[in-house]
Amino acid sequence: MKTYRNYVATWVMLFLACLASLLFGAGTLELGQAFAVLTGQGTEDARFVVMELRLPRLVIGMATGLALGVAGALLQTLTRNPLAEPGLLGVSAGSAFAVSLAILLGASTATLTTLISQVGALAGCGLVVAATRIQGAGQDPVRLVLAGATLTGLLLSLSSLLMLIDQRAADEIRFWITGSLAGKRWDQLTATMPSLLLAGAIVVGVARPLASLALGEKVAMGLGHKPGLIRLMVIVAVALLVGGATALAGPLVFVGLVVPFVARSLAGADIRKTLWLCLPIGPAMIIAADTLSRLLVTPSEMPLGVITAVIGAPVLMVIIRARRIPAL
Amino acid sequence: MNQFMTMSKINSPRAPLAAQSLMMSHGPHTIIPHLDIELRTGEVTAIVGPNGCGKSTLLNGLARIHKPRQGTIVLDGADIHTLPARDVARKLALLPQDNSAPEGLTVTDLIRFGRHPHQSWLSQWSEDDERAVRKALRAADVGDLANRPLDTLSGGQRQRAWIAMSIAQETQLLLLDEPTSALDLGHQIEVFELIRALASQGKTIAMVVHDLVSACRYADHIIAMCHGEIVTEGTPSKVITTNLIAELYGVACDLMHDPVSGSPILVNIRRVHPAKPAEIT
Repeated sequence: MKTYRNYVATWVMLFLACLASLLFGAGTLELGQAFAVLTGQGTEDARFVVMELRLPRLVIGMATGLALGVAGALLQTLTRNPLAEPGLLGVSAGSAFAVSLAILLGASTATLTTLISQVGALAGCGLVVAATRIQGAGQDPVRLVLAGATLTGLLLSLSSLLMLIDQRAADEIRFWITGSLAGKRWDQLTATMPSLLLAGAIVVGVARPLASLALGEKVAMGLGHKPGLIRLMVIVAVALLVGGATALAGPLVFVGLVVPFVARSLAGADIRKTLWLCLPIGPAMIIAADTLSRLLVTPSEMPLGVITAVIGAPVLMVIIRARRIPAL
Repeated sequence: MNQFMTMSKINSPRAPLAAQSLMMSHGPHTIIPHLDIELRTGEVTAIVGPNGCGKSTLLNGLARIHKPRQGTIVLDGADIHTLPARDVARKLALLPQDNSAPEGLTVTDLIRFGRHPHQSWLSQWSEDDERAVRKALRAADVGDLANRPLDTLSGGQRQRAWIAMSIAQETQLLLLDEPTSALDLGHQIEVFELIRALASQGKTIAMVVHDLVSACRYADHIIAMCHGEIVTEGTPSKVITTNLIAELYGVACDLMHDPVSGSPILVNIRRVHPAKPAEIT
């Protein structure tokens, strides 16, 4: 009963966030106008604002939030560490570095950076998981975050170094690397969608075995699962999701931390329930943050990455300052 | 020829789980050089021996957690490493040592994991699964705790919940690695009696046990290991001698017999060699 109410509440939140995202921004729309456009009527101006500016942005925001939330939940369960977050652990930074390099070498953010971004994420993800394995189980979860922060710092400063080389690339990288949904178009989504769908299929297949891995590797093997295969599938899914999200919106930190944290506090210990709740919560958070980014400094815009960091950092503080970090 | 020789070592071809010419190692270290073992149907077998003698390694090998360097492990007549993992998990349940579960996981949640080998991606949760979970709750006497998170239970209750998960797996074979370590006396008895009850229902059980007296009291068959080899095996009263105890643990003792159960009891345990004063270098 309680679970049911939580599901409904989170989907209502998502709906309200979407509504706000469509209505507010430079040039506020009336509810009636937006509705008219969505049903195929409305004025030329309103049609342009909704169909070409806000709707792609909304849908891309949803995809980004979904990807980052699910990736965070997967990575946290895999490393049995509630602080394991793609943005903090260097997965996003890995993909940011790969994309920066690609931009420098002549690619434009508008072209297909998805694959490059995903390769970078895969490398970052591999490093993180290798670090957890060296660290061993039962260690202080904060240590993993420190290792991740080091990797993130290194990769981001390498990205900055790339900016010194070429001024044209620097402007493009700088805009993208703070994280933003501004000016996103449909074709960027179509470029990323197949890999996100593939990741979704992997998640559906791997969720149940992954849940058993939370009981320990030997128990999972005893139940007939193959931990090595599960780990590989999860890493691939995380790389696809984070790489895709980063290609869409830049390296956003804290989203993959906050979304699973909220989902888990509503859903309890089971990764499968947590994943279901990430579906509405991830998009809702990104869309709310993106709408705020348009409203706070109108008529200009604040980078989305700034807002998510401002919301996310205090949540990290709360989790770490809690008497003890919840075991996964 | 060679094949035939090894096969002929098996006395009863119906042993549900057996290992032949088993060699197991951790990296470069050989833990078990050469070992043959078979579990006896419907009995509780206790594997005893000093720390580092390879008891847990043997158990993990039998449960195909670690691959042996040499030799074969035969489950119901088939090489365990050629069987699909899910088929093995339907015949053999393993309860490792020192398990931990995510915070907030309830007893029922845990027991449901035991059904994984019986489920596939298409048939997620069946009537059979529900019945098996209810049965496991009853068998391990954790029905009253069904909705309690594991982290709120006592050590004995928690261990019974883990055993309930293995029960829900509905396997003929159950392998337990030190099921009573870190439990106090009362909780140990609680768990051992549950293990006896499972054996009386026809399950074949093998467990690694540290406490020799409990092993004698609750097992039908004792396998004593030292340096990766089986020193001796048989019924508790036949196997346990002062010589064996001196060989395994380097202590001298006297043996008595429990007036009720007749199983051996160790008294007056002392070091064979008096302790030397610590050398200062």
